[in-house]
Amino acid sequence: MSLRTPLSKVIGRGSAGEGVGHWWMQRVTAVALLPLTAWFVISLLGQSLQSYDAMRGWLGQPWVAVLTILLVFTLAWHSKLGVQVVIEDYVHGKGAKTTLLLLSTFVHAGAVAAGIFAILALALS
Amino acid sequence: MNQRPLSPHLGVYKFMYTMSLSILHRFTGCVAAVGFLLFVWWLMALASGPAAYASAMNALGSPLAKLVLVGFAFSFIYHFCNGIRHLIWDTGRGLERAQARRSGVVVIVASILLTAVTIWFACRAFGLVTMGMAP
Repeated sequence: MSLRTPLSKVIGRGSAGEGVGHWWMQRVTAVALLPLTAWFVISLLGQSLQSYDAMRGWLGQPWVAVLTILLVFTLAWHSKLGVQVVIEDYVHGKGAKTTLLLLSTFVHAGAVAAGIFAILALALS
Repeated sequence: MNQRPLSPHLGVYKFMYTMSLSILHRFTGCVAAVGFLLFVWWLMALASGPAAYASAMNALGSPLAKLVLVGFAFSFIYHFCNGIRHLIWDTGRGLERAQARRSGVVVIVASILLTAVTIWFACRAFGLVTMGMAP
């Protein structure tokens, strides 16, 4: 039994029922991605991309690995939120909308798992 | 239920170029989402060993793939620059019509310049051009 009143449960949540959580996390991940992506692109383009050994040696360094894991995680989160809004806005059939939202969630979850696994595999072996 | 108005009814507005920048933000975001999957595929190729990485880099080296990579680079850079514009708007600044139009021009110019710089450095990282004394 909860001591919270029904009003306190719904206040601030709006018609979508989730308040500003989606909007806010899109901004939080956007702010985090500014330094992460800028760092990654600038660092990556300073490497010899054709050399497996050079790339492996670069990505396997502890801090490079940690920042790249953060990058993969944050990119996936931001991408998932963005793709979700696009699907919700432009796909109008309920079945198609739900299917695509599920598919997007699964693809993003799979990409995070694969990306982080790949970095750990490089850094820890 | 089906008679309710749905949010983006694009046809009712007079066209302004700031609109196309806004639409481009969504579009480049979707392209960047696909680019993210390509990035993970590249990480997995690297984790799978020298042979897998060599064939992945070989696939990325074809002319068509290079063109696609330039598209991904522009999409990501535009979304990055225009994203900063959106974050500034979120603080309540720069929303006047003249300011929003000016920042739109800044974003377009910055995106094109940064894409050109990125292509140059990417060619170098791919080993397509060498800096300094050419052999």
